[in-house]
Amino acid sequence: MKILICISSVPDTTTKIKPTGDGKAIDLANVQWIINPWDELALTRVLELKEQPNSKIEKITVLTVGGRNAEPTIRKALAIGADDAIRVDTEPGDNYFTAFQIAQALKNYDYDIIICGIESSDYNGSSTGSMIAEMMDLPSVSSVSKLEIESDTVKMNREISGGFEVIEMPTPMVAIVQKGIAIEPRIPSMRGIMMARSKPLQVVESADVKPLTVFCSYTLPSPKAACKMVDAENMEELVNLLHNEAKII
Amino acid sequence: MNKVIIFAENFEGVFKKATFEAVSYGSRIVEQMGGGEVIAISLGEVADEELKSLGAYGATRVISLHNEAFNSLDAKIYAKTIADNVKKENAGLIIFTDSNASKAVAPRVAVRLHAGMVFGAYGLPSNLSPFTIPKKVFYGKAFTEVVIQSEVKVISLSQNSFGVVENKKDIVVENIDHTVDTDQIKTKILSVEKSTGKILLTDAEIVVSGGRGMKGPDKWKPLEDLAETLGAGLACTRPVSDEGWRPHTEHVGQTGKIIAPNLYLAFGISGAIQHLAGVSSSKVIVAVNTDKDAPIFSAADYGVVGDAATVLIGLNDALKKFKSEN
Repeated sequence: MKILICISSVPDTTTKIKPTGDGKAIDLANVQWIINPWDELALTRVLELKEQPNSKIEKITVLTVGGRNAEPTIRKALAIGADDAIRVDTEPGDNYFTAFQIAQALKNYDYDIIICGIESSDYNGSSTGSMIAEMMDLPSVSSVSKLEIESDTVKMNREISGGFEVIEMPTPMVAIVQKGIAIEPRIPSMRGIMMARSKPLQVVESADVKPLTVFCSYTLPSPKAACKMVDAENMEELVNLLHNEAKII
Repeated sequence: MNKVIIFAENFEGVFKKATFEAVSYGSRIVEQMGGGEVIAISLGEVADEELKSLGAYGATRVISLHNEAFNSLDAKIYAKTIADNVKKENAGLIIFTDSNASKAVAPRVAVRLHAGMVFGAYGLPSNLSPFTIPKKVFYGKAFTEVVIQSEVKVISLSQNSFGVVENKKDIVVENIDHTVDTDQIKTKILSVEKSTGKILLTDAEIVVSGGRGMKGPDKWKPLEDLAETLGAGLACTRPVSDEGWRPHTEHVGQTGKIIAPNLYLAFGISGAIQHLAGVSSSKVIVAVNTDKDAPIFSAADYGVVGDAATVLIGLNDALKKFKSEN
């Protein structure tokens, strides 16, 4: 069984976000790039499954859409334990553009399971995984919080309002994963980092497609008014403020 | 004519507030456009009375498609059904909520219709031509304006970013027995686990939340008591759920649930950036922390410097008194 994990390279989650001078982009100078947290958890989970006795997983591939500057991120995924990597050589555009690039690139491969994170921590689009599935005419399950592989099916928990469903789906399929899929992301070992240098990284040409949406301007949220402090001994005052001022209770 | 379609997701035959909000939002956009039709699409078994409730928020027609297959979510089948109906109606805009089902279905609908999609629209379009939608990025650390360039457009609305607005219209219900190619269904549901009776975090108007400052899993009783007084949902921070003090389902933050209640009360939470990412859309935030310099106070509207346990008891008493007097 061959598994592909889509990796997005995103600014570190503690990055201070500020628009560029003209407000047309986010200033990404001096940003530390990381693997999107959900993609990292997905990779961790698949490695756990591969290490199980009698595992059917032959190969774990990581794929990213990005220029040469995305290579450190994809190398990190190789250092964590993926077997090989694919980079679609273009800057990612909107979800449609990015999903199209991935679906096109995967035409020449036959992966049994394609895994995407539920969203990227930068543009919070929550769409790429499902778009890939539709473009490739594959079934998909979203909001997956647990994943097991059985002979030729995938068993998953899907989060629903107030609980979860246990779902089975035959391969090939797309799983879109979220919190719960793995507990702590793995970090690369020294040996892993050394080995990653010689693992295959294939660069694939991009497809000719136009994005359907354009992010045209960025602003910072208006600063919040100062926090009004209430004395710990005077909770009647807090209740009064919530009732009469905030009008929330 | 301008036609806007809203996917009216039901939960065991019942609509939630997010759906009413999406209908309110759709009918306001139709007004912005100078008039047109606001159509809801419902999949599965929903009673006529419930379907008609969408008329209170501006829908004038609801297409209710019936098939046993719709009782559980198969993303592909749902997407095909919705997209086919959009084409049939020749609608230009399709609106979803930001629910789990929307995440599974809306992007597929967008691909089928070759439509540009904005997930997590934050309020009304700032411009209709070009069609421009505001949206939060980096978990609310910045706002952006997104132009959808395609002819057909798909939006998912960020919960509580527009609000439920009454706008009563006469509504026509069309019940249709829909045919589904069952061979195409690949989602097999083996079992369902659901907690009952609890207020769901993502639905709650008020959320009471605890961090490591609560000092231990055995110290949660006063928080639960306060939640009961307020009819609130319970939440916690990531360290609290990682330590096993509380279940993971209660974790709010960047990697947990993202919530937008009217009131968020944070006890013993320092306010790490990842936590704030999950709660910053709350209308009012109250923070209680022993450290007056804790970052949570810069995100809060009201703050109390003090020990969580003591303040909880005082606040619960004050609220009970308030409730008995009002």
